[in-house]
Amino acid sequence: MIGQQPNDMRTAARRVRGLGAARAGTRDFWHQRVTAVAGIPLSIALIVIVIALLGRSHAAVVQILGSPLVAIVMLLFILNSAYHMWIGMQEIILDYVHDDKYKFLSLMMNTFFVIAVGLACAFAILKLSFGV
Amino acid sequence: MSELKAGSATGPRSRPLSPHLQIYRPMLTMTMSIVHRITGAALYFGILLLAWWLVAAASGPNAYANVEWFMGTLIGRAVLFGYTFALLHHMLGGIRHLIWDTLHGMEPAERELLTIATLVGSISLTLVVWLVGYLAMGGPR
Repeated sequence: MIGQQPNDMRTAARRVRGLGAARAGTRDFWHQRVTAVAGIPLSIALIVIVIALLGRSHAAVVQILGSPLVAIVMLLFILNSAYHMWIGMQEIILDYVHDDKYKFLSLMMNTFFVIAVGLACAFAILKLSFGV
Repeated sequence: MSELKAGSATGPRSRPLSPHLQIYRPMLTMTMSIVHRITGAALYFGILLLAWWLVAAASGPNAYANVEWFMGTLIGRAVLFGYTFALLHHMLGGIRHLIWDTLHGMEPAERELLTIATLVGSISLTLVVWLVGYLAMGGPR
């Protein structure tokens, strides 16, 4: 057994109990709730920001999206959502994809997608904020 | 069927049924449970819209004009309307789940009430958001 010490009296069940299908215990469960709570005010803020920008010229949109308060709120929404949707999609994959090959492939795709889309959003907001 | 009654001496005890789609009669709570997952998955890919909008705004007026054009088409409006509904439904459904996490609202009548509140709330909030957006755009001209 991996990591088994000669005098270790704990059974295999003791060492894996609670770790679950993602091998990470209840951490994801708890973090999904933390990001859910944070997502409530942030989603409301996103809707308010989008409505406030409707129909405005590109120059006005750039100025408002790049202003510190709006940019910080947008960055918080993006980072919080990225983590929340990463956990959520992982849960969907673990529920429906049982073949190890496709399971780990789709878990990897999930990570790639979330990092790519999160980084694209964050970079755009930072570029709008810092000009250039 | 009398031999299937719990504790019957002549037949097997009736066991709890597995919560499976082909076994359970569809109920509002389980329908809303899967809708929560579907809206979550929709938002997962829907964030590409937000990314497109932000990257276009950062790229320049021409790229931004493309996004504005698409959002103005019938398909663009429909996608945006769906995104609004998915976001609000997932938010209210999430609040419902957070309430259940505290072990409140688990009684049959309370479950149904929370579920109906999620549905009615998300539909009305979507309409309110779009009405406010419509007025923000200048309303009827």
